[in-house]
Amino acid sequence: MLSFISKRLLVALLVCLTVSALSFGLMFVSGDPAIAIAGSGGRAEDAEAIRVAYGFDRPLVVQYLDWIGSALTGNLGQSIYFNVPVTEIIGNRAGVTLTLGFISFLVALVIAVPLGVAAALRPNGWIDRLALVIAVSGQAIPSFWLGLMAIVVFGVWYGWVPISGADTWQGYILPVIVLSYYAIPELMRITRSGMIDVLATDYVRAAKAKGLPMHLVISRHALRNAVLPLVSLSAVQLGQLLSGSIVIESVFALNGLGRLAWESLLRSDLPVVQAIILILSLLYVVLTTLADILNAVLDPRLRGGS
Amino acid sequence: MTQTFSIKGLTSLAVLAASTALTLGTPALADKASNTLNVAFAAEPEPLDTYKIAGRQGLILARHIYDGLLYKNLDTGEIVPALAESWEFTGPLTMEFTLRQGVKFHNGADFTADDVVETLNTVITPEYGTRYSISVDWIDSVEKLDDYKVRINMSKPFAGAVEMLADALPIYPHAFFAENGSAGMAATPIGTGPYKLVSQEPGIRYEMERFEGHYEGSPKSGATIDKISVRTIPEMNTQYAELMSGSLDWIWRIPPDQASRLEGRVQIISAPIMRIGYVGFAPEAMAGDTPIADKRVRQALIHATNRGAIVDAFAGGASEVLNTPCNPAQFGCEQDVTAYEYDTEKAKALLAEAGYADGFKMEMVFAAMPRPTAEAVAADLANVGVTLELNEQQYSSGIGKWRAKELPAFFSNWGSYGIGDTAFILSNFFGGGADDLVQDAELATWLTEADTASDRDVRSENYSMAVKKIAEEAYWMPMYNFNVNYGLSNDLNFTPHPDEFARWWGASWR
Repeated sequence: MLSFISKRLLVALLVCLTVSALSFGLMFVSGDPAIAIAGSGGRAEDAEAIRVAYGFDRPLVVQYLDWIGSALTGNLGQSIYFNVPVTEIIGNRAGVTLTLGFISFLVALVIAVPLGVAAALRPNGWIDRLALVIAVSGQAIPSFWLGLMAIVVFGVWYGWVPISGADTWQGYILPVIVLSYYAIPELMRITRSGMIDVLATDYVRAAKAKGLPMHLVISRHALRNAVLPLVSLSAVQLGQLLSGSIVIESVFALNGLGRLAWESLLRSDLPVVQAIILILSLLYVVLTTLADILNAVLDPRLRGGS
Repeated sequence: MTQTFSIKGLTSLAVLAASTALTLGTPALADKASNTLNVAFAAEPEPLDTYKIAGRQGLILARHIYDGLLYKNLDTGEIVPALAESWEFTGPLTMEFTLRQGVKFHNGADFTADDVVETLNTVITPEYGTRYSISVDWIDSVEKLDDYKVRINMSKPFAGAVEMLADALPIYPHAFFAENGSAGMAATPIGTGPYKLVSQEPGIRYEMERFEGHYEGSPKSGATIDKISVRTIPEMNTQYAELMSGSLDWIWRIPPDQASRLEGRVQIISAPIMRIGYVGFAPEAMAGDTPIADKRVRQALIHATNRGAIVDAFAGGASEVLNTPCNPAQFGCEQDVTAYEYDTEKAKALLAEAGYADGFKMEMVFAAMPRPTAEAVAADLANVGVTLELNEQQYSSGIGKWRAKELPAFFSNWGSYGIGDTAFILSNFFGGGADDLVQDAELATWLTEADTASDRDVRSENYSMAVKKIAEEAYWMPMYNFNVNYGLSNDLNFTPHPDEFARWWGASWR
């Protein structure tokens, strides 16, 4: 088990390093950061001054090593746009994204898993059909459209919830609904297919045959086995909810990490972009590693040779 | 140009259509009762040290908090006293200012010569990193003559000096500024302006309150609104919803197609601004090995482009086709110049004369311009056999390629810092610097003379010659002046200005 975990961690570390190096290089491909920071009214002289001031005139490799060196000591640098430490900005914005991501994830799980189980119990029954409709529409409707429609109906028309912002907890209601709606289909479909497979196995038939009530068959025997792929998928979904809420954050004017990343990219605030990419890739890696470990705990077959 | 995450087309249509149907019978309730003006920007304002701000959002907030020595009344075009009571040129390179007495900062400190000296002498140092060097590089030093008298020593003649001092170079309280620097000013902005900042979440939310101690005789006096609350809402559709439901009173930069749909539900005002769109031609690109190096080709391209139709279709509002490489509202922007009417036959004849009867292929990068405008230009040029390879890029990449002389044509826009003087556009593109890919020595000489002479007639004569030559040589294809659409609560009185600086101190409720 120990060597399994350490192998996973080593791979995780390499993934983080690769992502950070690649993103660092890509940002310079997309345009000259000094000119971008000088802005559309900036003269060539202004861009030159910025190039020297921020060290963009040094070789790319030197700049990267410099950055990764500081990052390893916890110093993520200064935001060029806000002129304050990157950690401070990210600290201010992370709360919104984490709250939104985790709540949406929980909401999605609470709805998707029971729905998936119910659908699996009676394939092609009305619950299964309903679940299919939810899944298809959830995947097909763009999130910005759904978000705007929710704003028009519940914010403008009924006035039940604030239209934008997260000053009160009510501000989270619409974004959570919209965001979780996108996580539900996949979670539900994988629960359903897992359950259908498991329900067809001999040990479930045996459990039923010995007269165990159905809810015990499901909770003690079936679900535990069906849940394995769900755990892996959940890690990916949670990562997506945390890193992929740019659109939702824009539509509802929530000032989270997703929007910060997007805006920082547009204004070439490289230290902020780099830091967010690093944090999100770390998060992804931690989540998938956790899922692997959790799966190994749940299913001894996955622990490999040891 | 700021870009935000915007989703256009069908969604906007659907939202607007749905909102109309749904909001019938729910009148917009502005925050008139609490006398609070609720404002939204799509882009995040920068930290509130004016000298480091490039975006309009931050500058607008800053101009409510800080004051400059002078102020420009855009209605009359006059420069009027602000923190300085009077001023005069005492030599070709020296200006003296008599300061107003009895002015207080928001923190209670008295305004004196020390504040002017400390502020300006600090921001002109290269280490300070003032965003636009053009705004301060003409100042050599500032001296205190007595408590209410200062002298500015200029490092070079600069015709825009007075314009710059008119609210673009604010004065900070010297003790606080010396101790806390740029970061301190951004965290705790303290000025003499008509509004004081009471709280901020940088980039997200700003709360301002009217400053009761704002000095008498200020050109920014007369504010009637008690509080101004500014939020960042990146999605325009969300802004429309908030405006229509009454939780916002002021938004701006609404795209023309959506402005017309909002009309009737809220107040929509379209106002012309200094910014103009242009296609720059670079005879110097590819070491001169480009069809663009031939004057007849450049003239043909302008004849071939139906600019009138492009303006009508995509700019709308207060925009018009331009014949000059500057905004007619700017001082020195001569209008009696060669005009190239839309005429494809003439264009074909000119191309044939230049040896391109079968046309040619050429790259054009466009940046910070709506894609349809660039596609319209390409479609028009295709009619005369010229194939444009369109390439949309960020402004930084586009201008980088232009400066590297790899681009025969660049389609973008220039805002002249919102200043009504030709000095702030022509010199950058035709004065011989890095952005000048024409390198016409005659032009550079005229422009230097025009930019530095103190006699207005000499300036305007030289600009006139330059503008005429640029038009005659067809170095640029000027497109149109931009306009900005404002969306306002039906209860709000607000007058927009062409410099894009919103003056909320002049706003009031109906």
